[in-house]
Amino acid sequence: MSARSWYLLPARVWMAIFFAAPLGIVCAYSFLTRGDYGGVEQPWTIENYTRLADPLYLTILWRSLWIAGLATALCALLGFPLALFIARSGRYRNLLLQLVLLPFWTSFLVRTYAWLFILRDTGLINTILLRLHLIAAPLQFLYNDGAVLLGLVYNFLPFFVLPMYATLERLDVALLEAAADLGARPFATLRRVVIPISAPGIAAGSVLVFIPCLGAYLTPDLLGGGKSVMLGNLVQNQFTNARDWPFGSAASLLLMLASALLLAALMRSRVAQELM
Amino acid sequence: MNRRALAVYSAAALAFLHLPLLVLIAFSFNSGRFTVWEGFSLHWYREAFADRQLSEGLANSLIIALVAAPLSTVIGTLAAYGMWKRQARVLSGTLYLSLVTPEIVTGVSLLALFQWTFRFLRLPLGLHTVIVAHVAFSIAYVAIVISARLRNYDRSLEEAALDLGASEWGAFLRVTLPILAPAIAAAGLLALVVSFDDYVITSLVAGVDSETLPMAIYAMARRGVSPVVNAVSALIVVAFGLLILVSQRLQDK
Repeated sequence: MSARSWYLLPARVWMAIFFAAPLGIVCAYSFLTRGDYGGVEQPWTIENYTRLADPLYLTILWRSLWIAGLATALCALLGFPLALFIARSGRYRNLLLQLVLLPFWTSFLVRTYAWLFILRDTGLINTILLRLHLIAAPLQFLYNDGAVLLGLVYNFLPFFVLPMYATLERLDVALLEAAADLGARPFATLRRVVIPISAPGIAAGSVLVFIPCLGAYLTPDLLGGGKSVMLGNLVQNQFTNARDWPFGSAASLLLMLASALLLAALMRSRVAQELM
Repeated sequence: MNRRALAVYSAAALAFLHLPLLVLIAFSFNSGRFTVWEGFSLHWYREAFADRQLSEGLANSLIIALVAAPLSTVIGTLAAYGMWKRQARVLSGTLYLSLVTPEIVTGVSLLALFQWTFRFLRLPLGLHTVIVAHVAFSIAYVAIVISARLRNYDRSLEEAALDLGASEWGAFLRVTLPILAPAIAAAGLLALVVSFDDYVITSLVAGVDSETLPMAIYAMARRGVSPVVNAVSALIVVAFGLLILVSQRLQDK
């Protein structure tokens, strides 16, 4: 081993034992059978994977994809104009960017709890509506897909804004002026000049939002209650209450594979190479 | 798009990002238990500090973060430096992969590892398993911060040291390391925050006697409304905010 490799050694060892090996174990478990007392047993089988195609679990898979996709679309809708505004704010750029990132750096759990505090039966919105006599009984805002969606968009919006800002920042103002000189209305300029140029940023931001949303666990758990189950909750449940580790492992690997493929796609994009 | 419309829209988006936390913090100073403003009070902060579950959680979280953050900072810094000297595709790919792996998957796979090794080592879950897990997911954060700094680092500085007779290790220790110092401090603070904040992975690999602060908060939030949670949340928001601001200042140096 060359002297230079010594710097890499601690990270290699640590990641091999505490990241790669655990995934290897989960991979092996996913082909085993559930034991009588919750452990894993022989024989080897692919039954855990075929079970994922069961309508019950297909629904969960489909809902996870749907919610993650919708959250990504909403982040784009909120994040694109915000990034455009920040990119064109001159000397306030950094301040505004900090404002976007600051909530992101406060605890994830606290940010999710904030919505619990606002939306619950005795929460802020219901209390205000009751006090104003607009409603007679508290409305149920929590424990549905909408609440999960709200929580995800809130938590991951900065993931979209950051790469979006990075591409829009470099947008040449002369192009916008040229479009205007040639008679394009502002909206046409946006649609036919700004959006095509910033497509890599949109793609990178979308992937960066979609990956964590697909694997979300805490947000659907706290804001979705028991009703809105996503893949992350399925995995958690199989490893704790249901004690079916082989099936939980198969679901984990599915989630892992999806994340890894999306990451690979992201790394190939131009923006990622500039950001990383 | 009209410039004023864009400004209004952006202001609304920023409000969406900040109002929930501001409201949460405001009500931590409410004297009443319910979500109606009844007057200013520090009552819930006193109660938070008197709560045994929270203080034990805080102590555990501090122990974990204060061990895991320095460890991951050292490992991550060495790794970033090593990857700067020569390509290490497998390691950098693994680090990125660890960043995008859903926390729940990292958590259950570590749980599977610890359960499997229990057969040979008889090591039950506890603070040490949490520390090991936290180091594993923090290395990537540290490596990214240090790599970003190294990208602007002039290789000729180290080459000059080598020409003047320094050993490779000596050049690293006496030339590169001092220049990297602010970035290393920034990465360390970041590692401290991500360790202190983690709930999902921690809850899976923590033993019965190693409940952390986020685990205590989660349990309280699940139980129902209590402004005590608001008070703790407010303290965390302020503490994290300060740490991250310091960290970013250091990264800009």
